[in-house]
Amino acid sequence: MPINYYIFLSLALFCIGMVGVLTRRNAIIIFMCIELMLNAVNLLLVAFSKMHHLAKVSADATAGIDGQLFVFFIMVVAAAEVSVGLAIIVMMYRNIHSVDVNFLNRLKH
Amino acid sequence: MVITSRNPIYSVLWLIVTFFSISGHYILLNAQFLAIVNIIVYAGAIMVLFLFVIMLMNLSKTAEPKKNRWLKVAGGLAGGCLLLVLVAALRNTELKSQLAQVNEGDIGLIKNLGKELFSTYVVPFEISSILFLSAMVGAVVIGKKE
Repeated sequence: MPINYYIFLSLALFCIGMVGVLTRRNAIIIFMCIELMLNAVNLLLVAFSKMHHLAKVSADATAGIDGQLFVFFIMVVAAAEVSVGLAIIVMMYRNIHSVDVNFLNRLKH
Repeated sequence: MVITSRNPIYSVLWLIVTFFSISGHYILLNAQFLAIVNIIVYAGAIMVLFLFVIMLMNLSKTAEPKKNRWLKVAGGLAGGCLLLVLVAALRNTELKSQLAQVNEGDIGLIKNLGKELFSTYVVPFEISSILFLSAMVGAVVIGKKE
């Protein structure tokens, strides 16, 4: 399958995630959009890893395996990030009884 | 659908659908290990955590307050412009002739990935375990009632 189909698919996913971050005001939905962007990048990494593997398979039998391991590490970091971020959101809800990020603009004063 | 649903729970369910389709793409690219990890970690653990937090906060009744419509339009416009610029930039690259290997190749199998992970990438693996430990401690400390 040509690589640019994968490029455009993950580009579309990334832009949807970015529009979500820019337009929504609910902190949890912003968080989910960040997950969506991370997944778009993961998909592109796997596609490029397979592309590199196909190009270099005659010289090196495991060419392109690094990309898939990077995807694994991105998932690890995303899991850690979600646990801490959701704890922060729960604490924020407990303090101001809302998950609207507009109420957080006190931070700038 | 993830970003247009009013109710956050519907948003989560659509995101799970998206993750399953991405896992399907991984299987098509013959990266079985990543597909399984994606389903277990994302669609399983992380989304259950999201649902749990949303139901804990009882958010489904409280509608999102009315906000500035121009902000929404500007956000959509900015995202659309980003998509347009990137598509225009990448449309005529030389990558068009490159193929991604589909349905064959064994670098995505657990055997090869594990061998590489525990030989070349063993130090980042251990560092990620420390990261998990600190994330766990941080989540407990933040979430604790003071």
